[in-house]
Amino acid sequence: MEVITHDNLLIILKSIVDSGKELYAPQRKAGKTFFLSVKDVASIVFDYVQTTESPKELLFPKVERMLSYKFTDGKIQVTDYSQGQEGPNRVLFGSRPCDAIGMKTLAEFFRQDMPDAFFQQRQDALTIISMSCVRSDENCFCTSVGAGPGDSTGSDILLTPIEDSRYLVECPTEKGKTLVESYKELFEQTGAADKEKYLTKIQQTFSHVGIARMLSKAFDNPVWNEASLRCIGCGACAYVCPVCSCFDIQDEGNNKKGDRLRCWDSCAFALFTLHTSGHNPRPTQSTRWRQRVTHKFAYMPERYDLVGCVGCGRCSRSCPADMNLKEELAELGHSLEEVSQRIEEHP
Amino acid sequence: MQALQQKAKELLESGKAGVVIGYGNGSGDRVRPVFIRNAAEVAKLVLDGRCRQNLSVYLSKPEIRRMGRPAIVAIPSVVKTIIQLISENQLKSKDLVTLVVENNAVTELSDDASLEAYSAGHPVIFPPFAQEEIKTIAAMSVQERFKYWQDELSRCFKCYACRAACPLCYCERCITDDNRPQWVCVPSHAEGNFEWHMNRAMHLAGRCIECGSCTIACPVGIPIGLLTIEASRIVEQEFRYRPGLRCDAPSALSSFKVEDKECFIV
Repeated sequence: MEVITHDNLLIILKSIVDSGKELYAPQRKAGKTFFLSVKDVASIVFDYVQTTESPKELLFPKVERMLSYKFTDGKIQVTDYSQGQEGPNRVLFGSRPCDAIGMKTLAEFFRQDMPDAFFQQRQDALTIISMSCVRSDENCFCTSVGAGPGDSTGSDILLTPIEDSRYLVECPTEKGKTLVESYKELFEQTGAADKEKYLTKIQQTFSHVGIARMLSKAFDNPVWNEASLRCIGCGACAYVCPVCSCFDIQDEGNNKKGDRLRCWDSCAFALFTLHTSGHNPRPTQSTRWRQRVTHKFAYMPERYDLVGCVGCGRCSRSCPADMNLKEELAELGHSLEEVSQRIEEHP
Repeated sequence: MQALQQKAKELLESGKAGVVIGYGNGSGDRVRPVFIRNAAEVAKLVLDGRCRQNLSVYLSKPEIRRMGRPAIVAIPSVVKTIIQLISENQLKSKDLVTLVVENNAVTELSDDASLEAYSAGHPVIFPPFAQEEIKTIAAMSVQERFKYWQDELSRCFKCYACRAACPLCYCERCITDDNRPQWVCVPSHAEGNFEWHMNRAMHLAGRCIECGSCTIACPVGIPIGLLTIEASRIVEQEFRYRPGLRCDAPSALSSFKVEDKECFIV
């Protein structure tokens, strides 16, 4: 197995910045940790459990320009950004295994039905160097959604911190192998290492398969009302989520020029499903909360064979009203189990 | 804490309240809002320095209103919010039970006069985040200030947590949700973010009671409350009106006095 020292890792990161590629890595801002463009590798932080926002913005920006139009001398010129564009050449460093899985889930979603060129361009040009988790907090639940603190899925390179300021190196993809190959002299070989012993332990609190099965019977369950009482109806959970992919298309322009923009949207907003007629099929916060959970844990597994949650816990950390998804799902599991037992006993 | 739990129990058992809105222990060392409807559950109520969310945001939520007359565990900013809501005809003091706790004794503020007396005795709790920041920003040139807000607002992704956490943002349909026509542009690009936050600051001018809930709620750490706090300070300076003190005060934004300054009209 290959290992790299912390100092050599910084040399590679610096070399990436110097080469003109954009490097995004965890940095502190306003008392929080964000993936920000790196100018000086000394500003990269390593002691975070999880960044505030997910790295999805690198593939699915909060505002994406899809096309533009411009009138000049009586002629209209339209630029379609889905065609013939190359994504920015970027390296993401310090994403967690759950983030990389989230990006893979997003990629699979954006490949469905009509492959999304914007996403694809950005993904093709992005290399993902993730860092296994040696720490976790009470909001983490990756092991309940089929992932884990050392899962290499979705990463091009996965580093696992070990003793003596060194990292174990795994390269699950060609992109990762190429990058490591180009800095070959900075890596060392070591014997077989027990990666597991370095990883944080995250206890499984529920089974996502069980939740999916129960959700199909839970549409009218009163459990949603109670759980959503303290929800204030903002979109923080959806926007920090690495998997939430809902968007809204907005046209902005005048009779001279304009843009068509794709913007993040959230199912927690009252306006999200409001029909032109005035009817809203999800008129209350409980029906919106039910949609959020059911979409992630029942509709996505059913339609795409994907779980719409990677257990990163960001929604819980960011929630102004302390809605804790892990806790809610565990409780939901119990409540729904009771209900389905009652149904079986008194069909 | 015990006195508060005992009071909640009495209110629920006597039927004086249908629900007690308070704080309970949450994830890790956090607290969260709890809605106690059963006297057997009053032990969930806690009150300490962690309790900063402005719970009066729940007074207008239909699901909570249906639970009957609410009792609310009120930190000073909640009392001020309730007074402001009364002055804006959104509430009547008799429609709720406002519970304040001092030295482990619980007091019911049951009418306008007792709310006002409490508010007067508890001057503005200037949120700690704001004190230094306001000084720093006040010392900046206009260009520096603009740059400061450009930088801060560049992180905004329009989750509207600031609006959702604010008990004075109670419009059933916010101007930003009105799309026929679209008054405020939707995307969270620089222009969209400035438009939204300037709109909100103007709507809160002279109404913001400086609880800091919007700033606490912001998931990306923008000190967004500075805008509404400063707008309210300007209104106070120019129009001698401070929100959250009197239940019968006319609204600074929608009342007119002959002696009102007009120097800001361009």
